[in-house]
Amino acid sequence: MDAIILQMLNGLDKGSAYALIALGLTLIFGTLGVVNFAHGAMFMIGAFCAVTMQRLLHLSFTVLDPTKKDFLGNPMKVSTPYIEHWFGKATGAAILDWSVPISILLAVPVMVILGVVMERGLIKHFYKRAHADQILVTFGLAIVLQEIVKQVFGANPIPTPAPHALAGALDLGAMLGFAANTIVYPAWRLIYFLFSLVIIGGVFAFLQFTTFGMVVRAGMADRETVGLLGINIDRRFTIMFGLAAAVAGLAGVMYTPINSPNYHMGMDFLVLSFVVVVVGGMGSLPGAVAAGFLLGILESFGSMNAVKDLIPGIDQIIIYVIAIVVLLTRPRGLMGRRGVMED
Amino acid sequence: MLGLGKRDLIFLAVVLALTLAAPVLLNPFAENSGLAQFNAGYPDLMQRIAIFAIFAVGFNILFGLTGYLSFGHAAFLGVGSYSALWMFKLLSLNIIPGIILAVIMGGVFALAIGYVSLRRSGIYFSILTLAFAQMSYNLAYSVLTPITNGESGLQPDLGDPRILDAASSSGSVPPTNIFGLAMSETWKVDFLGRVFQFNAGYYVCGLISVLMFYLALRIFRSPFGMMLRAVKSNQNRLNYTGLNTRPYMLTAFVISGMYAGLAGGLMAAMDPLAGPDRMQWTASGEVVLMTILGGAGTMLGPVLGAGFIKYFENIFSKINDHVLQGWFSVFPHWLQDLLVTIFHPFMGKGWNLTLGLLFMLVVIFLPGGLIEGGNRLMRLTRRRRRDDGPRPSEAPAE
Repeated sequence: MDAIILQMLNGLDKGSAYALIALGLTLIFGTLGVVNFAHGAMFMIGAFCAVTMQRLLHLSFTVLDPTKKDFLGNPMKVSTPYIEHWFGKATGAAILDWSVPISILLAVPVMVILGVVMERGLIKHFYKRAHADQILVTFGLAIVLQEIVKQVFGANPIPTPAPHALAGALDLGAMLGFAANTIVYPAWRLIYFLFSLVIIGGVFAFLQFTTFGMVVRAGMADRETVGLLGINIDRRFTIMFGLAAAVAGLAGVMYTPINSPNYHMGMDFLVLSFVVVVVGGMGSLPGAVAAGFLLGILESFGSMNAVKDLIPGIDQIIIYVIAIVVLLTRPRGLMGRRGVMED
Repeated sequence: MLGLGKRDLIFLAVVLALTLAAPVLLNPFAENSGLAQFNAGYPDLMQRIAIFAIFAVGFNILFGLTGYLSFGHAAFLGVGSYSALWMFKLLSLNIIPGIILAVIMGGVFALAIGYVSLRRSGIYFSILTLAFAQMSYNLAYSVLTPITNGESGLQPDLGDPRILDAASSSGSVPPTNIFGLAMSETWKVDFLGRVFQFNAGYYVCGLISVLMFYLALRIFRSPFGMMLRAVKSNQNRLNYTGLNTRPYMLTAFVISGMYAGLAGGLMAAMDPLAGPDRMQWTASGEVVLMTILGGAGTMLGPVLGAGFIKYFENIFSKINDHVLQGWFSVFPHWLQDLLVTIFHPFMGKGWNLTLGLLFMLVVIFLPGGLIEGGNRLMRLTRRRRRDDGPRPSEAPAE
């Protein structure tokens, strides 16, 4: 029992990332009808927002400190981050420590602007063209974004640690009434899961309970009629594109302590997120979220030793196998709507 | 002749002539001149161009004719490479059995994957092929290590049985060959200060690619090719006429899979080492890039795209800051530095960035690829010529 719970928890963090990316993909697909291959790059850029923030916060100046000597007897150079200089030692250190959560402040505007620019500058011109063309141009864009990040930040993963207070592990087993030390789970992963729940809940609430969201939902159902009612649906869809980019970016920011960001992490997640979207059902938001968590958890079960002994290699392919089975038995995906992408 | 019309025959003859003369044509600059770095007439690059041309031509039979965008063709390439290598290990280092098995295995895999994937169309088809390719890649990386030798890759070594050519247990592994003629055999000819390299491996690849080009040409012109085009223009209408398109689609998928298998086999024959990277979806992406860049649905487009990408990939990787400084040395210092800084991200290791940008530009402005660009240019010049003076005798434009 405790082993099963542990595997479910292990699947949650990856599942959260899948769900968040797939949610954005579905939002874009449902509103604009565009298959966005550059969405993984958004995730990656979000992660690099955290790296940028970390570097910005660590900008420092160097002074010679005559009180300390290095081994040659010269005055030692001491570099102090500006943050510590401005806010004092303790506050500054705390801000540096919390650089990953603080990066959200940077990531949200960056991602929204990037998304809006991308939609207005590029995607707009591809509504009327074939889906294959949309895939191709966004694929090209993904390559370009990825290469730019590679040029700026280099090819190696850059560690971005979680705040010290959240870096340790929690003994969830003891909390839930199992024996101690059976379910030990890194605290940050739990944070990531909760964070993704908040974001997903926020997006759903936004669509469900605001006038703006209502118009967007109406536009998803019948864009033309909404346009005829005198509502500028294009502008709202552009904003939704920015929102989807921001969701992917936030997923990326918070993922950095789990896996150090590198320039191709977006592509790695994108392939799986597409599988998630297709399994969940193209155009279905709850489907995307459910399939994201489902596949994340199943992937984690596949990597259990007992399962691996039974079917060797299952951990590597389980997601794809499930996708193939689902597509062949339920061609619209688990929660797909009739009439979406069936031309 | 050969079942082709007169125009196609001339076309094929030109392609054959270009292929045979490539070692000379691609080497237009003298060895010691500053432009020697633009030469492409050495065996390794020419082999790669020929092999990727086969891959892209095969991919074009599927994508160009039917419009089904497969993102998993690298799986067949990898399968081809692995099967060829197993033939080299078990049977002989003669490349012929290896290549035959590569084609067969490429076809078998394509049959299995195509049978499942072709139940869906559009984006679902792309995702399914992608899923299968990633699955093959993951398996080749992990569980199938006894067959694929995992990350380090499969290659012939001295302990192999090699039933047909007596395996020697000493010395080094002999090169891959075709009835004794080693693929690495190169004749160097010094002529007018230029060194031309005529390489056996290149000619094997080149001749096979011409043969495959001919085959593709026949498919394009056949009733079967017509049927595939009909699928692209309107599959629903075909279905309404009571026609089952799936057998045609599956045939096209298997044919393009066999092309990919052949390309993989040749790749292994030229350089007997196969790793799982060959199956990764970025490799599938590359052949998509080639086909689109050249012009999907045209005969020459994929070949052009393959040549273009491989050639410039090679050239760009050689252009470093030093070379750039040499180019801009005529400018004043500050301008030189500025130009080097501007061009630096696109050169050298930045080739992928340039390629990505180029690809986006092509998809946005030239959906027909380089071929369409050429056609537009031609039409433009022709129109301009007509504007110069009335020429009533000229044939009307199509």
